Amino acid sequence: MARITYKHPNGTETVLEVPAPNTVMRGAKINNVVGIEAQCGGSAQCGTCHVYIDEACTVSLPEMADDEDEVLYGTASPRRDSSRLSCQLQISDALDGLVVHLPERQS
Amino acid sequence: MAARSVVIVGAGQAGSDTAAALRSHGFDGRVTLVGEEPWLPYQRPPLSKAYQAGTVGQEELELRPASFYADQRIELLRGDRAVKIDRELRTLLLDSGRTLPYDALVLATGARPRALPVPGAQRPGVLALRGLDDAEALRQQLAGAERPLQVVVVGAGFIGLEVAATARELGHHPTVVEALPRVLARAVSPVMSDWLAAEHRRRGTALLLRREVVALHGAGTGDGPVQVVELDGGTRLPADLVVVGIGVLPNVGLAVEAGLNVGDGVLVDEQLRTSDPAIHAVGDCARFPSVHAGRPLRLESVQNASDQARTVAAVICGEPAPYRALPWFWSQQFTLRLQIAGITAGHDEAVTAGDPEQGRFSVFCFRHGRLVGVESVNRPADHGIARRLLAAGPDLTPEEVAAPGFDLKRRTAQPV
Ligand SMILES: Cc1cc2nc3c(=O)[nH]c(=O)nc-3n(C[C@H](O)[C@H](O)[C@H](O)COP(=O)(O)OP(=O)(O)OC[C@H]3O[C@@H](n4cnc5c(N)ncnc54)[C@H](O)[C@@H]3O)c2cc1C
Ligand code: FES
Repeated sequence: MARITYKHPNGTETVLEVPAPNTVMRGAKINNVVGIEAQCGGSAQCGTCHVYIDEACTVSLPEMADDEDEVLYGTASPRRDSSRLSCQLQISDALDGLVVHLPERQS
Repeated sequence: MAARSVVIVGAGQAGSDTAAALRSHGFDGRVTLVGEEPWLPYQRPPLSKAYQAGTVGQEELELRPASFYADQRIELLRGDRAVKIDRELRTLLLDSGRTLPYDALVLATGARPRALPVPGAQRPGVLALRGLDDAEALRQQLAGAERPLQVVVVGAGFIGLEVAATARELGHHPTVVEALPRVLARAVSPVMSDWLAAEHRRRGTALLLRREVVALHGAGTGDGPVQVVELDGGTRLPADLVVVGIGVLPNVGLAVEAGLNVGDGVLVDEQLRTSDPAIHAVGDCARFPSVHAGRPLRLESVQNASDQARTVAAVICGEPAPYRALPWFWSQQFTLRLQIAGITAGHDEAVTAGDPEQGRFSVFCFRHGRLVGVESVNRPADHGIARRLLAAGPDLTPEEVAAPGFDLKRRTAQPV
């Protein structure tokens, strides 16, 4: 279980307690959080689950695999240093307190 | 007047996404989702891939958990079938006898596999792959086998090639029979077809092109399990299992009976409206005017189902915008991740960039000098950037792609 904060481009936020096993993407999908599309269902193919990790957030995340890095080149909103694919972030206690920003667009 | 009650027929990708998108748009009337399948709406792509390999189970296929539909006040009627539309009364009749009134009706009925039109196609051991039940039947055969099986796959489309690849990975002996001269003939460029064909062969799959299945034989007269696949010219292939993947037919029965315009699919306009403005169609069953293809098109992809779902929800909520999303598609065969951006059919020039020998490259397809699509193998960055480029109106030329050292990633290193 981890508490995840999804910040929307309009300034509002959605805070969810997401149980494991799940990903940060799936946590958003099952709660109909607008702004994560995840068309490929989490297979690191589509880049429509793009998020920016909050600069002030100190939660440590797993290393980025090559696949994820490649897919992030093609996201609809610009890639930044803080960009991740939310389908590659597995929920665990270690992710508790994670704050992500949803991009303007996913496709 | 805005719709107060929306009924969606078909609880697949497009149906479930439409229901969700209506709520995201703030629609607070009634939403009813009718599906004939007994399961929660699920994703089909893994059925021929990870589900067969055993790495994804049934629950992970679900698009959304049961609680989602309850939380979002979406009435999900499972295991019930829509049987008739009354356009005058604006009601939908279900198999269970229930009648649902609607202000807006969305047809999201998908498609069904085309049956192999040859003698013996009904024999046990001849499978198609569309639903979870089909996938489970196939999985039991492939994963449950005690010895390597002779698997004959009819049709070298995406599903056929994915099943053949999975079967091979599980240690079986697949033979793919295709009537056309190349694999994925309708979906990818000849360069890509040839490259993929060689990869399948290199990994031990037999691939017979320009060959047709004429009959399936088995023990007993007509209903014994399949044992032999007979091809044109009399060739006989031994078969423990036959998987038929020769394309799909859109489910248009309801629309035809209701007198809506139907071609290969339910005909809709750019707002996904049928010839009755209270009825829409989305996903695999809908034929829409495509700005990318320059002609009416029916697409069978998650992208199309899910983007059309969002368009139709907007239209129903009174915020119409034409459906113009860029088509894209993915397929996984062995470790090969094939991704297609745009529509490459009808291109007149193809330029390859990257390293086909190493299994990492992209084919850039042009028509009259203009980029129309990009096919990538294990080059997700190319694919994603190509999607962005194609959506924005591409300025890439064949000469630029052909120049030594071309790298799309570097070209667009600055955010576009
Ligand atoms: C094995 C397989 C692998 C695939 N792989 C990929 C892939 O890698 N990438 C990709 O982009 N796409 C892939 N696809 C295609 C993708 O899954 C489809 O394009 C998508 O599911 C279409 O969604 P849909 O809602 O239009 O149709 P469906 O998902 O088929 O849903 C339609 C639903 O409507 C129901 N229905 C029909 N008639 C009625 C009725 N009268 N009453 C009630 N219910 C009804 C059907 O039972 C079905 O559940 C694959 C498809 C298959 C079968
Ligand atoms: S869901 Fe497609 S890349 Fe994450």
